[in-house]
Amino acid sequence: MRHFVPSLPLAALVMALGTGILADDAAAASLVMGIQQEPTSLDPTSDATASIDGMLTQNVFESLTTVNEKGEVLPQLAESWTVSDDGLTYVFKLVQGTKYHDGTDFNADDVKFSFDRAMAEGSTNPTKSIFAPIASVTVIDPNTVEIKLKKKDAFFLFNMAQGDASIVASESADANATTPVGTGPFKYAAWTRGDRLTLEKNADYRGAGTVALDKIEFRFIPDAAAASAALLAEELDVYAGFPAPEMLPQFQADPRFDVTIGSTEAEVILAMNNSKPPFNDLRVRQGISYAIDREELIDGAMYGQAVPIGSFYPPHGPAYVDLTGMYPHDVAKAKALFKDAGVEGSTMTLRVPPFSYATRSAEIIQAQLAEAGITVKVENVEWGFWLDEIYKKLNYDMTIISHPGPNDMGNFARGPKYFYGYDDAAYNDLWKQISEETDADTRIALLKKGQTYLAENAVHGFLFQLPQVNIQKKGITGLWVSQPVLFRPLAGVKVE
Amino acid sequence: MRRLPANLIIGGVLVAIVVGVAALSLVWTPHPENAMNIRGKFAGPSATYWLGTDQLGRDLVTQLMASARNSMAVALIAVLLGGSIGTVLGLLASAIGGWVEDLVMRFADISFAFPTLLFAIMLAAVFGPSLQNAILAIAFINVPVFARVARASANQIWTREYVFAARAAGMGRFAISRDHILPNIAAPVIVQATIEFAVAILAEAALSYLGLGVQPPESSWGRMLSEAQTLMYLAPQLAIWPGLCIVTAVLGFGLLGDGLRDITDPRLARER
Repeated sequence: MRHFVPSLPLAALVMALGTGILADDAAAASLVMGIQQEPTSLDPTSDATASIDGMLTQNVFESLTTVNEKGEVLPQLAESWTVSDDGLTYVFKLVQGTKYHDGTDFNADDVKFSFDRAMAEGSTNPTKSIFAPIASVTVIDPNTVEIKLKKKDAFFLFNMAQGDASIVASESADANATTPVGTGPFKYAAWTRGDRLTLEKNADYRGAGTVALDKIEFRFIPDAAAASAALLAEELDVYAGFPAPEMLPQFQADPRFDVTIGSTEAEVILAMNNSKPPFNDLRVRQGISYAIDREELIDGAMYGQAVPIGSFYPPHGPAYVDLTGMYPHDVAKAKALFKDAGVEGSTMTLRVPPFSYATRSAEIIQAQLAEAGITVKVENVEWGFWLDEIYKKLNYDMTIISHPGPNDMGNFARGPKYFYGYDDAAYNDLWKQISEETDADTRIALLKKGQTYLAENAVHGFLFQLPQVNIQKKGITGLWVSQPVLFRPLAGVKVE
Repeated sequence: MRRLPANLIIGGVLVAIVVGVAALSLVWTPHPENAMNIRGKFAGPSATYWLGTDQLGRDLVTQLMASARNSMAVALIAVLLGGSIGTVLGLLASAIGGWVEDLVMRFADISFAFPTLLFAIMLAAVFGPSLQNAILAIAFINVPVFARVARASANQIWTREYVFAARAAGMGRFAISRDHILPNIAAPVIVQATIEFAVAILAEAALSYLGLGVQPPESSWGRMLSEAQTLMYLAPQLAIWPGLCIVTAVLGFGLLGDGLRDITDPRLARER
C-alpha cells in the first residue's frame, strides 16, 4: 500500500481540496458564486451597473433600511424610525457601536454626508430621483437623524434600502469605486479585473455571530457555456442569474444541483428612441407592437422561461394589469399602420447589448418585423458602448434591454434626456400622483392607470419579465430565489 | 501521362462539392433562407427537413448551404484583395530593390507578427463588428504572405536570361515586371492562394464564432457553432454539422493547394 506516501501531484490535489475538506472542522465556509456581468466600478452610489448592487449592497455597504425577499422594508443601520402625521418628517434612530471596515465609527454625520453627497449639484448618483423629495437632512444627535421631505413619498423607506442610498463614510467615499468600505457583514478583500471579486467576513459586524460564510468569491463568467462547464466541474457553488434556459434540463437531471426559478423586477423591452423620427409617431410604435409575437419570442429566445408583459410592471406585483392583449400579433394591422405612417419598407437599426436575452430576442424580432415589411439591421455592441452611445447620448433607433430595478415606472417621467427620449406632461403628472400617494389602494389604482397609459401609447415594445434562474450545489441554503431588488444579501447563506 | 497526386484529386473533389453547394444556394435551397418556425424547433431529420431544424426552427440544410456561400464569398474577396495587394507589393520590392524592398519586407514581418483575430477585434472595436471588417482583417493577413511569395519567386526570374535580354533591349523595370515576371510567378501565387483560401475559411468561421464576422440574419458555420454551444446537451447535431462542413472545406482547399504545389513545383517534380 502506498497510501502513506503521497506523490507530488496527489499532495497538490490534497492542498487544492484542503479548504473544501476541512470546511466542517475549521468552519472556513466559503461560497463561490458565478455571475454574468462584471462592473467597471464598485461604488453603488455612482454607477448604474446592476451587478455592483448584486455583489456589494447590503453585503459590504448598508443603508438605513433593507428589504427582504418579499419586498418588505426592514430596519438596517436605522434600528427604528418614526414618521410624522403629515408624512413629511422621518426621525431615524441609528444602531450604536457600528464601525466601518477601516475602523472609523459610524454615526449620524455619515448619514448626513451620504445624503448630501448624493443630492449635491453634479452628483453622479445613478438614481438621483429617489433623493428628489428630500428637503433637508439634520443631525439631531450622533444616533438620531431627521429627514424632512418636500412632498410625501410612498416609496421613501423602500428607496432608502437601495444601493444608491448606501451610507458611506466621508473618509473613504472617494475610493469606494476601487476599494469599497462599508459597515456590512462582509468586507472587500480583492478584485482581480476580468476574473473575480473576493469578500471576507467582517468579524466586528454587529450580527457577526449569525453570519455563516467566511469568504465569498464572485467569478465573472458571462459566457453560458463556460459557466455551465465551471458548474459541472464544481468550481462554482452557485451561478446566480444563469443566462441559458436551454441548459436547465441538464442541471435539473443532475443530482448534484438544485435549480431555482424565481421572479425578478426585470422588464425586458424593445426600447424605441421616442425623441427621433419615425419613433415619435404613435402609429409606428403601435405597428411595431403589433408585429411582435411575444409567445414565439419567449419560446425561441427564453425556451418558454419568461412571462409576457404588455406594459412596464412585473406580473407578480400587486398592481399588475394584464395588457398583453392590447396589441395581439397581427401582421396585417402592423403593415397598415406602417403604411399610414409612411415607413413601410424602411430600414431601422437595432443596437443590442451583449446579454443573451437581448441578442437572442434581436434575431427573432428582426424576423418578425421583416414579415411586416420592415428591414431591421442588428448591431451587437459592447456594454461600455451601450452605456455611452445609447444610454447617455440617445444615439440609437431601437435597443433591447432589461430594467431590473423595482418601482421603475418613473423611468417614463425622467424627461427627454433619459434614453427613452420620452417626454409626456400627462404621464409626468400621473407619476407625480403615484409617487406622492401614500394610501395603498389608491396607489394601486393609479399604478394600473399608469400601466394602461404606457401600453396605449406603445412607448416601447413590452416583451417579457426575466426569470431569476439560479443553479446551486445541493446543501446551500438561505440564498434568495427571487430578486425583488437589485441586491442579494448573503449574510444568511449557509453551506453544508 | 503522369498520375495526378492523390491529395490533388481528393482536395479537388471536396472543393468541387463545397463550391457546388455554395453556388447552388444562389439559385435554390430546400427552404427559404433564415425562415424561422419557432414552434417547429429541434425537429429531427425528415423528408421535409433533411437534417432537421435548429433552435429557431430553421432548416439546417438551408442554413448550411447559405453558410457555405457566405464562407466562400468572404474567403474569395479576402484572398483576392489581400493576394493582389501582396503580389503587387512583392513585385515592386523585387523590381526596385534597395530601401523599397526593405520597407515592404519589414512591413511583411511586422504584420506577420500580428494575429488575425487580434486585428479583427481591433477593427471591430473601432468600426463596430461587421462582415466588411472581417473581410478586411482576413485580407490584411494575406498581404505579407503574398508579398513574400511574389518577391521570392520574382527574384529568381530577374536572373533569367530573357529578363537580361529585355533589360538590354531597354524595357523598363515595371514593364518587365508586368510582361515577364508576373506570368512566370503565377503558378506559386495561385498555389498560395488556394492554401490561403483554406486559412481564410477558418478565419471567417473563427471571427463569426466570436460575433465579429457574418452578422445575423445571415448564417455562417462559425455562428452556427457558437449558437450550438449551449445546446450540446439538447441537440448535439447542431454543432456537429457545421463543424463537419468547416473541416470539409478547409481540408479540401488545403489538399488542393498541396496537390497543385506538387505538380507545379519543379523541385518536387524532380524528386518524384
